[in-house]
Amino acid sequence: MDEDDEIIGEFLVECQEGLDRLDQNLVTLEERPDDREVLTEAFRILHTIKGSCGFLGFSQLEIVAHRGENLLSLLRDAVLEMDDEIADALLGTVDAIRSILDTIDETGAEGEHDHTALIAELERLASNEAAPAADAEQVSAEEATSVDESPSVDTVDDAEAAAEPEASEPETVQPETAVPETVQPEATSPEAPPREAGAPSEEAVPAAPAASSDPDRIGDILVDDGSAERTDVEIAAVEQGMGDSRKIGEILVEDGRAASADVEKAATKQRASSSDSTIRVDVGLLDRLMNLVGELVLARNQLLQLTEGTDEKAMLTTAQRLNHITSELQEGVMKTRMQPIGNVWSKLPRVVRDLARQFDKQIRLEMEGKDTELDKGIIEAIKDPLTHIVRNTVDHGIETPEIREGIGKDAEGVLLLRAHHEGGQVNIEITDDGAGIDADKIREKAVEKGVVSHEVAEAMGDKEVVQLIFQPGFSTAQQVSNVSGRGVGMDVVKTNVERIGGSVDIRTEPGAGTTFKIKIPLTLAIIPALIINIEDERYAIPQVSLQELVRLEAGDLANRIETVHGAPVYRLRGRLLPIVDLRDQLGLEPFEGEDDAVNIVVLQADDRQFGLIVDRIDATEEIVVKPLGRQVKDIELFSGATIMGDGRVSLILDVLGLASVSGITSVGGHAEFASHGEDTTLIDDDQALLIVELANGTSVGLPLNQVVRLEDFTPDIIEESDMRPVVQYRGGIMALVDVGPSIGLSHGVLDGETRTSVIVCNHGADVAGLAVAKISDIVLDPEIHGESDATRAVVGGRVIDVVDPDRIFMSSGLRAAEPIGVG
Amino acid sequence: MSSVATAPTNTVQLCTFRIGQLLLGIDVLRVQEVLHNLEVTTVPHAAESILGLINLRGRIATAIDLGERLEVERSEDVDAARSVHVVVRSTGDVVSLVVDSIDDVLDVEPGDYESPPETMTGVAKELIMGAYKLTGELLLVPDVERIVALHSAMSNEAVAS
Repeated sequence: MDEDDEIIGEFLVECQEGLDRLDQNLVTLEERPDDREVLTEAFRILHTIKGSCGFLGFSQLEIVAHRGENLLSLLRDAVLEMDDEIADALLGTVDAIRSILDTIDETGAEGEHDHTALIAELERLASNEAAPAADAEQVSAEEATSVDESPSVDTVDDAEAAAEPEASEPETVQPETAVPETVQPEATSPEAPPREAGAPSEEAVPAAPAASSDPDRIGDILVDDGSAERTDVEIAAVEQGMGDSRKIGEILVEDGRAASADVEKAATKQRASSSDSTIRVDVGLLDRLMNLVGELVLARNQLLQLTEGTDEKAMLTTAQRLNHITSELQEGVMKTRMQPIGNVWSKLPRVVRDLARQFDKQIRLEMEGKDTELDKGIIEAIKDPLTHIVRNTVDHGIETPEIREGIGKDAEGVLLLRAHHEGGQVNIEITDDGAGIDADKIREKAVEKGVVSHEVAEAMGDKEVVQLIFQPGFSTAQQVSNVSGRGVGMDVVKTNVERIGGSVDIRTEPGAGTTFKIKIPLTLAIIPALIINIEDERYAIPQVSLQELVRLEAGDLANRIETVHGAPVYRLRGRLLPIVDLRDQLGLEPFEGEDDAVNIVVLQADDRQFGLIVDRIDATEEIVVKPLGRQVKDIELFSGATIMGDGRVSLILDVLGLASVSGITSVGGHAEFASHGEDTTLIDDDQALLIVELANGTSVGLPLNQVVRLEDFTPDIIEESDMRPVVQYRGGIMALVDVGPSIGLSHGVLDGETRTSVIVCNHGADVAGLAVAKISDIVLDPEIHGESDATRAVVGGRVIDVVDPDRIFMSSGLRAAEPIGVG
Repeated sequence: MSSVATAPTNTVQLCTFRIGQLLLGIDVLRVQEVLHNLEVTTVPHAAESILGLINLRGRIATAIDLGERLEVERSEDVDAARSVHVVVRSTGDVVSLVVDSIDDVLDVEPGDYESPPETMTGVAKELIMGAYKLTGELLLVPDVERIVALHSAMSNEAVAS
């Protein structure tokens, strides 16, 4: 009985995996109906499912799978051509199989399902009967003929010819109705579909593609078995290299160098070896292993400490060996839990395809960073939130082709999924080029739903308002569709992501699109980190944020750390590096060390550099990132914790959080910027905008009313004074600020080689210059969005940031009060 | 709130411990283990009642100073004794409640249960679900979920509105 359950369990897992692949295959086939490899794989998957369920006695499942398989075989044999109707029917088959499998999973039996409509549809399509629309028949008939004449059919014939001898094997000639018996010996091997009379060609095709790419090459197996000569195999390989599309096995058989039975045997062996190389393991078991390894690491560390004092050679070497083995074991076990995010994404093409059809939208799904690895547990946890966001985007975000074309966009909307590692975290972005989120609509809805009061909604900035979609009880769908209006809102997405220690952020530009940014920790991931000391506690700083280490000896100190506006800075190779004292941030007393040397850790946060003063720098270590409990996870300074070699817990510093709290980046309110950015808008719609280009081609806009003159300077007249570039200008000295670096770009234009365009602006009582690469345009009537601290404009269909000259001067430390020294 | 103060209907076993003058008890089924003398890593900027983080066999758990959380007044000499970790399971989380000393496991009858005494003041009023009248002493039952959630019921409502 148990054994039966086990077989069924295995069958379910295999089917689920197969169905996921099948989904992808079918979606791919819609785009590339002629892809034979995909067709073959799709056929094989369905065939295996059919075979296995016949064996297990699931007759309904078998009927559905069988009809689907029939239709697929006609596609594969190029009798039919893939079209929308067929794709729908086949995807419907996948869904039907899934629903039956779910019932089997729950109850152990098939239960009652009514799939007669689907079966009838599959049969109708397979028999190529008149579709409801008369011309559809004609089209498909024409397509069928044109395909018949195409050269691809020849290769099919070849394949059939190659497979012909196998048809004489007893098991293959069994009629269709005897499928259960046919399949029995092979039911557990997904790679080995049984042959049948209706589809004689498949054997040669699926076995062969593996032959050339598999590490166990078919030629090698044949030689090992003594069924073929090494030289013949090599010749065949050369022929293949010269453009012969046949497989090694086929070439050998047709040249009479090997018996087809031997080739067949070798192919079976090859398949067996590739399926033997992986096994399924219960995640619970991996978790237990993981914990045990954690314990082992601690025991190892204690042992190493104990052996430190001893002189016993044998003891020391044993401890060292244990040390190495433990490290490797730890690494190995960790890796077993990592999976590429592509595993979750692979379900999305089908979701997008179905929804796009339902809403008559055209959507192209693009993916970047499929290989980004995440812990298995996290992959599971983000699956639903991710799907939900994608559904929402397709439903609300991307417009219909008519609307898109009407506003000059490509009819086809683009949905981009991106994943990448950053600072010990994984960022997942879901970007669309759709309508964006209309803040006013959200405001209205939020008030209507009672999420916020009218007054509050009016007082909120657009950015804040957009965040309201994450509030419980919020759904903005104009009509409640069966997609996004299922009672599951974005609040659930947020809760689920936060539960695993992540965060969701949304950025939207009305008319241009929306980006959801999910940040999740790499829980259980090992990251390299710098361990630093503050008093008796150790803190870990993720190595990715680390730029360099600077040590200031006591003598240097006074003239090296200076203050600008009361903020400490350090001159690092001529650039002013803002300094943050970690003790300060942790609420501790200033450091009273034996010597007065200062250790500065130079860190990078969001394009900004800053120096962090720490007591001591310890070492770099690989640490295991663990999430913080909910009682402490909201503290911005820490992103997680780790267990050190001696078993003590250390906190991992969140470099971005640190920068934000200490005012380095403007995230969450820059102290300096906040006082400046009152609730006045930087620019109104009726003001003109000067468009300039920066070093890397980025365009930004400047309010024209703040511009005094436009100038062009050759590099030879730009001099340096007080660590900043200056020019002699109209009898005085004008300071220049490179706009690019001051707004966080990596390159500036003041490279001492090229001519520089300079925008002269009022700066207090004086003037100062903004250096840019090019002055490109003046827009008289710009479309302005956003508030004072993030103003943007739409110019020529593109979104550009609008920058405030005063703010740039301020952030680069140029003070208005103090006149820039004149002669 | 998930933990509405409903009176118990069955005999339950409580794991009891002391903080200052108070005797408290938590259902033994919630208590995972009791540990002594663990090294605690302090977390700067955490709430005052957070003692720090502990290593629970490879898992990191938050240690909450239960005395501080309940705002129990303690004499100085007991203060030093704050080193017994009662590790409890709360929703999806394992948390250590740090107490002064551990006591017996007691069987308590529903008949002895009563709502918290009216005389109780401050935050303890929200965090104590009820009390069992033992001979000579009251055994208080803290609301673990609320204690672990760190914000009081009042601030919860404020968030919801």
